[in-house]
Amino acid sequence: MKRRTFILAGLGATGALMLGVGLLPPRQRLRGRRGLPTEGGQVALNGWVKVAPDGTVTIIVPKAEMGQGVLTAAAMILAEELEVDWTSVRVEDAPVDPIYNNLAVMVDGLPFHPDDTGRIKRTARWLTTKWMREFGFMVTGGSSSMTDLWGPMGDAGAMAREAFRAAAAAQWQVPAETCRVEGGAVRLNERRLGFGQLVGSVLEHLPKTWTRKDVSEYTIIGRPRARLDAASKADGTAVFGLDAAPADARYAAVALPPTLGATVAGYDAAAARALPGVRAVVPLAGGRFGHLPGVAIVADTWWHATRALDALAVQWTPGAGAAFSSVSAAADLEARATRGDGFEFLKHGDLVAPFKRAAFSVEAFYGVPYLAHAAMEPVNCTVRVAPDGVDVWVGTQVPGVAVKAVAEVVGVEQEAVRLHQRLVGGAFGRRLIVDFVAMAAEIAKQVPGTAVQLLWSREQDMRHGVFRPMVRAKLIAALDGDGKLLALHSASAGQAMLKGWGRFLGDPMLANIPDKTTVEGLTDQPYAIPALRVIHDAVDLPVPVASWRSVGHSYTAFLLESFLDECAAVKQLDPVQYRLGLLADHPRAKAVLQLVADKAGWGTPLAPPAGGGRVGRGVALHWSYQAYVAQVIEVEVSPANALRVRRVVVAVDCGLVINPDGVRQQVESGVLYGLSAALHGEITFEGGAAVQGNFHDYPAVRFAASPVIETHLVLPGDAPPGGVGEVAVPGVAPAIANALFAAGAGRVRTLPIRLAPPEATT
Amino acid sequence: MITIQLNGEARTLDVPPEMPLLWAIRQVAHLHGTKFGCGISVCGACTVHVDGVPTRACVTPVSAVEGKAVTTIEGLADPVAAAVQTAWTALSVAQCGYCQSGQVMAATALLRANAAPSDADIDAAMDGNLCRCGAYPRIRAAIHDAARRLAGGAAPDAEAPAAAPAALGPSGPASGSARSATR
Repeated sequence: MKRRTFILAGLGATGALMLGVGLLPPRQRLRGRRGLPTEGGQVALNGWVKVAPDGTVTIIVPKAEMGQGVLTAAAMILAEELEVDWTSVRVEDAPVDPIYNNLAVMVDGLPFHPDDTGRIKRTARWLTTKWMREFGFMVTGGSSSMTDLWGPMGDAGAMAREAFRAAAAAQWQVPAETCRVEGGAVRLNERRLGFGQLVGSVLEHLPKTWTRKDVSEYTIIGRPRARLDAASKADGTAVFGLDAAPADARYAAVALPPTLGATVAGYDAAAARALPGVRAVVPLAGGRFGHLPGVAIVADTWWHATRALDALAVQWTPGAGAAFSSVSAAADLEARATRGDGFEFLKHGDLVAPFKRAAFSVEAFYGVPYLAHAAMEPVNCTVRVAPDGVDVWVGTQVPGVAVKAVAEVVGVEQEAVRLHQRLVGGAFGRRLIVDFVAMAAEIAKQVPGTAVQLLWSREQDMRHGVFRPMVRAKLIAALDGDGKLLALHSASAGQAMLKGWGRFLGDPMLANIPDKTTVEGLTDQPYAIPALRVIHDAVDLPVPVASWRSVGHSYTAFLLESFLDECAAVKQLDPVQYRLGLLADHPRAKAVLQLVADKAGWGTPLAPPAGGGRVGRGVALHWSYQAYVAQVIEVEVSPANALRVRRVVVAVDCGLVINPDGVRQQVESGVLYGLSAALHGEITFEGGAAVQGNFHDYPAVRFAASPVIETHLVLPGDAPPGGVGEVAVPGVAPAIANALFAAGAGRVRTLPIRLAPPEATT
Repeated sequence: MITIQLNGEARTLDVPPEMPLLWAIRQVAHLHGTKFGCGISVCGACTVHVDGVPTRACVTPVSAVEGKAVTTIEGLADPVAAAVQTAWTALSVAQCGYCQSGQVMAATALLRANAAPSDADIDAAMDGNLCRCGAYPRIRAAIHDAARRLAGGAAPDAEAPAAAPAALGPSGPASGSARSATR
């Protein structure tokens, strides 16, 4: 297959900047600027692992645990190399330090085709790595944790292992290579020294070089492992951001702009302050971290604060977004997609001739709505501004950015900010934005000496979120007489997530370069399409947008995988065979598709629904975050046109698997998150305000509607670890839409899926 | 001043009678296991037991539980709850875990009333407890697992995906495909 390269025009602008970075000295990721804090005789072998005299191994994980199981999987990488007894492993959050900057997420974000192996791509990756090591930031996101931690955490474990081996060998006065390291101890014949017995001398034996274990030697990686946080989450002792407030904390509730862009015109502070339990009423100016203007009430409990909000009677001055309607915005996006306005991200092959000689042409319009993250834990943050520094208790995907925001808002140096990372009650991208952290800092600054916990109501969390953009798209294909794909053209319109990021980080560079995430999932798929053109019109609208679990893939898979089925249907070709025909040069993609078809019984008759009605099976294949995922979904449509998703079969190749049970869990998670979005997810705006506010009008899949999920892992063993946290989301909606078509229930081109009542179809 | 039996202890709380029980538990009694999710009784994250009955603390005024026995996740201490929590841990049920206190409270109440619930019983008992991470398949498996543990059956660890290295086959991670079906 022809290797395709596409480079953003915008890369040139940052290229010059990055060339300078290439001259910086190479840096390691093993030792931080400051040593790790230690206690009880612990020694820190590097920035990733500490060992105590009792043999307890404390592994540092610089990623937010938000459900994805990263604490367990990251610890497994280091523990494997260290040769440690798993029961002695503890995990600890990392301090903010450049060694923990996420390099993988930025390298993955470069606008190159995954099949590209060219020099330009290699150079750009190298430069980006250097740049991010120096000037990047810590981030949990982009399904990048395993890819990012695989290098440094494995190295850190191997380095520590060799240090213990050398320390024991020196004590025994034997050559180090005669000693074995296993189960948290160094052994030589009958002799044994536990790591804990070696803490006194191990730092004198830190090696300059070490080698990583071979895959065949692994005893921890690749074996299912129970989550380290499982017990604390079953008995209620796990500490989330919301649980982190000290006992003497006060609680803040806020009045937020009722419409997009509104500002405070006036309010009755005295009336609110007169109410029981109210301690302070403070104005919020808002600012560049996306934190909104408004008014906060600080009280003895959050209930007291919330109750006093009514008395405030805030008057608002409407802003530019006061009239925003998602219905009219959708019409504009549709017009833009029809015209094919926008930036051309990819063009290869002849896009003119095929349409002239096509035996068939296929054209379809698709639409997806704004989506809220709707994590179970509403956004919250606790801040105390004191003379000796600022403490921040929060669950965040970007601790370094959070520190920066607090320092700037409070007016102190970043070194004065102590961030205490806490468990995150679901994030899905929402906690990449620090608006609520900056807001908490703005409140706490006005109540010095007091720890103040800011909590948003569910309605505020849902209506003042950062949304997955609404998108409209037009896809056209030229087919030959056999139904074979000759050329495909995709033109879409919607807001750019990267611009959303730029807005929240105050970074004009991010706001002005073409955002490849708007078309990821269209430009980077394994299909050999002879001619392909991908255009996206990045439209400015007043709705804040940013990353939502699987970002652009969350809608592009719905476009492309639905459309491929529509193309196959022209000549009644089998959807699986049709895709396999486009995957000749992609063994990994082909393997997951064949595996899922086999396991799902593709092509065999389906049992009819118990209560009558129709049944169908649909397929989707999608590459994202270095992982290939194929899904086959079975649906039932009742005589009353009620849809039930009854079985989801998934095959995944995400490279080397660290924790197979963790991968399976993330597949279950992604399927159900994608299912909620496909069946129910929609935020609409009327009069500049989000309409939906809680789980009754923004529903999610509940227990009884949860389908059977069967997960099959392809374990190739040689590819490095890829992502899993987001990869099962994209294929769900198109697989359901394709299943509905197969069931004879019509072609769904708009999400969420709403089947017309039976009388409307007759 | 209102007195409630909180986890077996008489607690007198200086709160207005109309304050929702959730905030009295979290911010006055400082027990943090019970979570705030929606505030309108549609997600189940705040589920506690009032005289043994699963109750949404976010919409229950403190005055409504005066003199009654309120049990939060911190106060669970019977064999049923222990079996539920053991199963939850063995099967790595939780992801983010934020909804899990409520899930465990609901599951414990179910198993106290019905020692061997069917899938339909589980659907009915658990449908009010929302999970955005998608723990439902494992919650179902863990409830069945806890029921078996309580019935004195061998703990079916082999079915627990978290404790089944054999699922990968003898050749380990280097080959083959691993399968799990969860409902």
